[in-house]
Amino acid sequence: MIQCKTSKSIGGMGHSLKRKEDARFIQGKGNYVDDVKLPGMLYMDIVRSPYAYAKIKKINIEEALKVPGVVAVVTGRDLEKYNLHWMPTLMSDTQMVLPTDTVMYQSQEVAAVIATTKYAARDGREAVNVEYEPMKPVIDPFKALDPSAPVLRNDKPGKTDNHIWNWKVGDKEKTDKLFETADVVVKEQMHIPRIHVASIETCGCVADYDKVNNHLTMYMTTQAPHAIRTVIALVAGHVGLTEEKVRVIAPDIGGGFGGKVPVYPGYVIAIAVSFLVGKPVKWIEDRSENLQADSFARDYHITAEMAGTKDGKILGTRFKILADHGYTDASANPSKFPTGMFSIATGSYDYDTTYMECDAVYTNKPPGGVAYRCSFRVTEAVHAIERITDRFALEIGKDPADLRMQNFIKKEDFPWKSPTGWIYDSGDYHAGLEKAMKAVNYEELRREQAEKRARGELMGIGLSTFTEIVGAGPSKDFDILGIKMFDSAEIRVHPTGKAIARFGTKSQGQGHETTYAQIIAEELGIPAENIAIEEGDTDTAPYGLGTYASRSTPTAGAAAAMAARKLRDKARKIAAYLLEVSEEDLEWEPGKFSVKGAPEKSKTIQEIVFAAYTNHPQGMEAGFEATHYYDPPNLTFPSGAYICVVDIDRETCEIKVRRFVAIDDCGNIINPMIVQGQVHGGLTQGIAPAMYEELIYDESGNILNGTLMDYLVPTAVESPNWETGHTITPSPHHPIGAKGVGESPTVGAPPAIANAIVDALSPFGITHLDIPITPYKIFKALKEKQVF
Amino acid sequence: MTRKISVTVNGTKHELEVEPRLLLVHMIREVLNMTGTHIGCDTSSCGACTILLDGKSIKSCTVLAVQADGHSITTIEGLAPEGGPLHPLQEGFKENHGLHCGFCTPGMIMRCVELLEHNNNPTEDEIRWGISGNLCRCTGYNNIVKAVQWAGAKMRGEETPSTEPEFV
Ligand code: FES
Ligand code: FES
Repeated sequence: MIQCKTSKSIGGMGHSLKRKEDARFIQGKGNYVDDVKLPGMLYMDIVRSPYAYAKIKKINIEEALKVPGVVAVVTGRDLEKYNLHWMPTLMSDTQMVLPTDTVMYQSQEVAAVIATTKYAARDGREAVNVEYEPMKPVIDPFKALDPSAPVLRNDKPGKTDNHIWNWKVGDKEKTDKLFETADVVVKEQMHIPRIHVASIETCGCVADYDKVNNHLTMYMTTQAPHAIRTVIALVAGHVGLTEEKVRVIAPDIGGGFGGKVPVYPGYVIAIAVSFLVGKPVKWIEDRSENLQADSFARDYHITAEMAGTKDGKILGTRFKILADHGYTDASANPSKFPTGMFSIATGSYDYDTTYMECDAVYTNKPPGGVAYRCSFRVTEAVHAIERITDRFALEIGKDPADLRMQNFIKKEDFPWKSPTGWIYDSGDYHAGLEKAMKAVNYEELRREQAEKRARGELMGIGLSTFTEIVGAGPSKDFDILGIKMFDSAEIRVHPTGKAIARFGTKSQGQGHETTYAQIIAEELGIPAENIAIEEGDTDTAPYGLGTYASRSTPTAGAAAAMAARKLRDKARKIAAYLLEVSEEDLEWEPGKFSVKGAPEKSKTIQEIVFAAYTNHPQGMEAGFEATHYYDPPNLTFPSGAYICVVDIDRETCEIKVRRFVAIDDCGNIINPMIVQGQVHGGLTQGIAPAMYEELIYDESGNILNGTLMDYLVPTAVESPNWETGHTITPSPHHPIGAKGVGESPTVGAPPAIANAIVDALSPFGITHLDIPITPYKIFKALKEKQVF
Repeated sequence: MTRKISVTVNGTKHELEVEPRLLLVHMIREVLNMTGTHIGCDTSSCGACTILLDGKSIKSCTVLAVQADGHSITTIEGLAPEGGPLHPLQEGFKENHGLHCGFCTPGMIMRCVELLEHNNNPTEDEIRWGISGNLCRCTGYNNIVKAVQWAGAKMRGEETPSTEPEFV
């Protein structure tokens, strides 16, 4: 049971308030980008490459220009005149807006057709005829490093191979030595598949350039409107679009999950066209374009190793990664962290020796490496450590739960310094796993499994006890394109005691309009229902880096609490003045200050605010507003203990997730209903890559499942009935003790499912299967082991 | 080349001249400017565009506007009068946190209207199969199932189940 400090009518932290934003969504009154319609608006459609790697010989646009309604066709050559044909990626690599000579992946943008209607733009697109000279693409990332492989990025002077960068952390010598001498060493090769966020709303924008005032309003599907405004000014400042002339508006967003962080060529082309013709231009991509061309996620090939003792003590880990980035590194990681937070891969376990290394390569695939609900590559890291931990348990014949209990970092050892340098803020891993084991009745399950095994039935139990790392981040280490990763909140309380608060973040379904109001309600005692929340408009909100990587609560949530505390300090001064006592004589309870020992003498927050406008002490600044920019002192480290139970049909190899219990620890909880909802959704996005989703390419670079007909997003039938719960270990450094939760389930679920399936198959000598684990993969593996 | 059609949308009759190839969803969104019905795919897979055609839930991206000639359609905007009272499903989704980003929600609700009309006391399994043509990327479906059960109880005139989140 969560203890609340405020009454339900104030609705501070811990209350399951119903969401304020829902009223418009359930009545069809949301306002998403495709709902924006402006007078004179033109529509843009994009011609895309059928080849993964080809020279462009000629783009024939004459027929397209004859199509009724078509206004213009834009090619790379047109953009080149304004030096807008290339743009920087968030990782300071470069990406084509439109190509002038070569296409680098299938479905890459080749030309844009502008027309007066959506249908005319599509007709125009069909009428553009591009002549290509196909070349042999590089698809396999391992072959990309072959000396005979063509150098894909020969646009970069001096580039002689397809290697992008090398990253390493840890003590190589010590680790190598440990692995030579340790009693037990286990090793598995794993692929974390290339997947797609597939938010149900695709990406798009309306670029509205006003020639008279030299001003651009950009409505777009972005999780980080301020950062986008700065990027636009950096890219287009030289043609007059400096930052004060750009307003970015992120309206309602139909799911983001990291896919709406990058800048896609479509946005830039729309801006360029609007700038040239002086009319609003709408670009909304199709689902297939979205799956085939927008940033992918994951695609890490990992060799994971663990060393330990025969009785189960983990002594060290070693991870070697090959990262396939497609034709450009368009990840969205903090600048100093090319592999994101992968170095959390030492996990929840107490040992001091590790070494990790990653090489990134170019291939003829779409660019990306976005942080898809994973707080920057944590999904990859957690999969590697949780899978190899199970592998170790299997090797020495120890129950994986016992092995974890034996190796967990102890509660009293926090703050704990990891071998890769992170300071884990707090945690109670034993309590989480105990709770999960109790919820599933673990011992009974193992008994049942033994019986079933004896009868030849396939039942598996899988665990994942992960540590997350979120809330990027402290400015000394964290920036994107040089901009520090703080976030902000501004609170204005009106004379009648109602408020509006604005943020640099942007909800895509997380429920900020409700949870931020609850944080302010907690601190100020103003009812949450009287606090309006606004995000997503760069003209009104204070600067912030946006919503991704579970950072909104750790950063902007903290900023809200800090800004509210500034106001409470001011309220204390006003109350002292009104009650004619000294500030020290006052005590605060949510919603009012009263005189110590004389509780009948009190002033409510509403009375105090009214006085701030009508009767404030002389010499004090009038009004009741505060802004705070919060620069976190550390990251936060949520954790979880997940247990999955599967039954596999021995004849059809069909996998049934019988139970899945997720115990999350995200510190103090703002709204239990919303936290639970986030966990449900994240778990379904966890079962997706574990069992269903992977973007597959053939050797010519053709995508084989680039539509929702073939790319299997789980429906309500594939998605099990999730069982959730929590333990609460507050973050000691966060103003409200919260840690962030949105990504934990996506990060923690895949290894729990994979571990359960491998557990079911382990009697046949199967020690690992790559996700997504399908019935066919199981069938093949069992056949190899001559079970069939 | 256009064709004249007559379609009743949320009770109002519209006489329109449309291209024969115009999709019904585009008629609703672009011609009638009712943007509550969404588009989430180009392969009839997601269900974001679900509306009622003569009371039956259909994916409006898979039907031509001319096919709706002489028929009557209901979109999310027509489910309840503006400003309330809400339809039990609308209420159920809000009370049970059956939506996050809201993008799938109108289609999901319209699908469930027909589902509950056929059977106002569906089992969890019947609900899951019943909405399997509608994708939601945000909620993980648990609370959508709850929302539909809640709305069913309300429509049956029974006491609605608790909406407090349950934890193990
Ligand atoms: S838009 Fe996806 S089914 Fe109609
Ligand atoms: S609520 Fe976002 S897709 Fe369903």
